[in-house]
Amino acid sequence: MTEVKKVPVKKAPVVETEPTLWEIFTKGILKENGIFVMVLGLCPSLAVTSTFEGAFGMGILVILVLTMTNASVSLIRKVVPDTVRIPVYVIIIATEVTIMKMLVDAFAPALAQELGVFIALITVNCVVFGRAESFASKNTVLKSTLDGIGVGIGFGLSLILIGFFREFLGTGTIVLGKTLPLGFEATLFSGLGLSPYAFRVLVQPPGAFLVIGLILAVITVIRQKKGAKKA
Amino acid sequence: MNLLAILISAMIVNNIVLMQFLGLCSFFGVSTKMKSVIGMGLAVIVVIFLSAVITYPLYYLVLVKLNITYIDTIAFILVIAALVQLTELVIKRFSQSLYKALGVYLPLIATNCAVLGVALTNIATPQTYAEALTFALGSGLGYAFIIITFTAIRMRLDSANVPKAMKGLPIAFVTASIMALAFMGLAGII
Repeated sequence: MTEVKKVPVKKAPVVETEPTLWEIFTKGILKENGIFVMVLGLCPSLAVTSTFEGAFGMGILVILVLTMTNASVSLIRKVVPDTVRIPVYVIIIATEVTIMKMLVDAFAPALAQELGVFIALITVNCVVFGRAESFASKNTVLKSTLDGIGVGIGFGLSLILIGFFREFLGTGTIVLGKTLPLGFEATLFSGLGLSPYAFRVLVQPPGAFLVIGLILAVITVIRQKKGAKKA
Repeated sequence: MNLLAILISAMIVNNIVLMQFLGLCSFFGVSTKMKSVIGMGLAVIVVIFLSAVITYPLYYLVLVKLNITYIDTIAFILVIAALVQLTELVIKRFSQSLYKALGVYLPLIATNCAVLGVALTNIATPQTYAEALTFALGSGLGYAFIIITFTAIRMRLDSANVPKAMKGLPIAFVTASIMALAFMGLAGII
């Protein structure tokens, strides 16, 4: 949790120097990446990443929800008294997630089946709540919307990365068009003949922890290399 | 399914943390000090159980009757937030030391997906009130059991010779992975 505690400390200088809109948009993708840097929102990142497509669908949902919640929280930030802001945010987020869930049920039933209870659980995703509380409640609508899109894309890309490794190494192929309504079905990499050598355990629960642990270790190595260069 | 089977299934075989991936933020966030983890575990057991006590009748007696089941997420999150506030008040009143240890983490239970996850799972599968309550109790116990075990391992890892890149969170994830692997082996007991 040390990473999480550091965030407000780290952010203070950023606010002072008045970041440009482009910086606000890009910082969420790498520098303040929800999963790998702040280690927030872990539940969906482990539960829905057993397939590439599930991860992709979840990523898109989180981008949409984050953009909407950040924009609406920012819109009402001057109207809501400080003492009741958290219940208000919770209701806003829950409402928008419910709307999103209805849309998914209607237009992508297979995806709704795959993600199951985790669509509703975006409500309690720490990333969504964290951005509303730490960014959108203090910044203009435009900035908050951009921040929502940026952080959402960072989150989605991390999910896709985990999902790709888990499905590709776990089954040897990547299946497209089964859960997302793409209009076509395809199985990538089936020509490589890797399936007999796949680590099936990666698709199962232990694989989720293992893949994230290893990706975090790689990121730590990269950071240490960078730190050594600067010093 | 009899109640004992549900209890063991929820607590061990389909463990809420390792198999369902619920409540992971607090799982990795709090699991560094034994004292706060025990408090957190107890608080989660209480909140999950109480929220199941309230949300199940709320769903079937109010939301279904009024034909507004689509607002279940909103209704449940409000119930849970209120319950967490209540638990906080009770702990503050009866145990100052526990309150100080849990301070930061108590409000976090409101956004602990384990609580909302159990409430939503309870209504997603058709079952009786007794079964739902047993499931909630088992889930809470399973959460407490896993987070305490995990903390014990992590405390030993602190003094172990871990490769530099794996220090901290990466090795914690790998540990959780091995624990999940061990729990998969219990799948046959029910």
